[in-house]
Amino acid sequence: MQSDTPARSHPALAQPLAVPARPRPAIEARGLVKTYSAPGKKPRIRALDGLDLTVEPGTIFALVGPNGAGKSTTVKILTTLAVADEGTATVEGIDVRTDPAQARRVIGVVGQRSGADPTATGRENLVLQGHLYGQRSSAAGLRADELLERFRLDDAAGRFVRTYSGGMQRRLDVALGLMHSPKVLFLDEPTTGLDPEARTAMWEEITRLAESDQMTVLLTTHYLDEADRLASRLAIVDRGRVVAEGEPVRLKQDLGVTSLDEVYLHHAGRKYSDATRVTEAAGR
Amino acid sequence: MTTTIDRERTAPTAAPAFLSDTWYLTGRKLHALVRQPYVLAFSVVQPAIWLFLFGALFHKVIDIPGFGYHGSYLAYLVPGIVAMNAMSGNMWAGMTMIEEIDRGTLNRFLVTPASRLAIMNATVVEQAVSTTVQTLIIVALGYAGGARYPGGAVGILVLIVASILIGVFWGALSNMTGMLLRSREAIIGVYTFFMLPLMFLSSAFIQPAFMPGWMQAIASRNPLNWEVQIGRDALSATPDWSAIAVRSGGLLALALIAVAISVTTFRSYAKNV
Repeated sequence: MQSDTPARSHPALAQPLAVPARPRPAIEARGLVKTYSAPGKKPRIRALDGLDLTVEPGTIFALVGPNGAGKSTTVKILTTLAVADEGTATVEGIDVRTDPAQARRVIGVVGQRSGADPTATGRENLVLQGHLYGQRSSAAGLRADELLERFRLDDAAGRFVRTYSGGMQRRLDVALGLMHSPKVLFLDEPTTGLDPEARTAMWEEITRLAESDQMTVLLTTHYLDEADRLASRLAIVDRGRVVAEGEPVRLKQDLGVTSLDEVYLHHAGRKYSDATRVTEAAGR
Repeated sequence: MTTTIDRERTAPTAAPAFLSDTWYLTGRKLHALVRQPYVLAFSVVQPAIWLFLFGALFHKVIDIPGFGYHGSYLAYLVPGIVAMNAMSGNMWAGMTMIEEIDRGTLNRFLVTPASRLAIMNATVVEQAVSTTVQTLIIVALGYAGGARYPGGAVGILVLIVASILIGVFWGALSNMTGMLLRSREAIIGVYTFFMLPLMFLSSAFIQPAFMPGWMQAIASRNPLNWEVQIGRDALSATPDWSAIAVRSGGLLALALIAVAISVTTFRSYAKNV
């Protein structure tokens, strides 16, 4: 689509100065296809089967679906960790395939697994992260202290991460993703494994990121209620495609139902609890 | 598809990033090492046991006519034990790699603009530092046990360089195994398959002249043996510098090839996590 843009001139810089009629989407994916070869299975597994996605800036967008639906694969492609077989994707107008280095500067990523170094302190983890984005030690230190305070980790700043509770580790993970003040933040299953209290705290924090920091947040979750509560828009992903997309309230209204479970049943043709059970069994 | 990592680094702000990233990422690894010095010390325990058990058990082999070594059998063993340690210590590098993949640490680095080469460099530098410390410990233990090194400080330095080269070689192969197979068992398998045969098919314990012909033939092509011979030569009173240079060149070439392969593996890993 944008492949005729000369490699040198940056799409983001090539934007006209006039205000566009609609703001440029923070994230845009068109026709993403990704297949994996699996041992013992002849046809390659089709993790993504033509996935489309548009996320407006400054919103919280949720990708929901059972495990194995393609949520994480989508995040991997958008965060330059994997290359799609087909289709295009941009973040802040930057093509993630042709210009991954530039894309990495504008995105923050909180992966499914912690990623923090357990043998270092929380503050050391943050400062190293800042260095990797080219921050000088003084600037990285200031930013680290700011985030430690914001995520209520200032008392634990000098402790080794291996002594942190699950909730504390998750808050540190988010802080790590925010060190360079990204424009777009990806949260892959941010609340999986957290107790209810820590989950509520995380929800508040995510809401604040979009509201007061004007950040675009894309999160994945397999909890329908979480997407319902948090996201201004959501996409239901099933078998590598988006089967329904919109504001949670509208999705329910349009079908005259009261829960996202029913929305899922309508669009995916099976109960969400069944879909979850099937993928769990397949995962074993 | 042939978009190389180098092209990704053309952003103006990223010019010195390769060096600074290597610096910070190495710092992280060395920090962890300094905080757990016992890990390093423990890893020397096994080689030290070999050193003293073999040194005591076979100390008389030095008297066999034709052995042709001036010094104690303990001193004869030191370069072999150094080689063994450099190999076995770095064979586990892939375990750390798997751990960092499982924990998500590697992915966290990969989504930053950090230089991909710097991520691998940090591993190599850490291996070099820990191998140096361990080699010095073994040399000191040998000295305490009565081994003498006529080659002096220069000889010890050459021994250290050779141990780093062999360590980096095995470390890179181990990393590659870890990334490709993601299995700790595979790394243990590689280790047990190679460790003892390579040790006994070298002059670590006995002069090659006493080996059967076929063993001599393998030993002369065994990189672990090159390291042993470099070390033993350098620690002797009259080192044969040309032989040292040739064998060091061989080790250097092998280490570079292994690192190049592991960097290639890493790059393809990083493109499709």
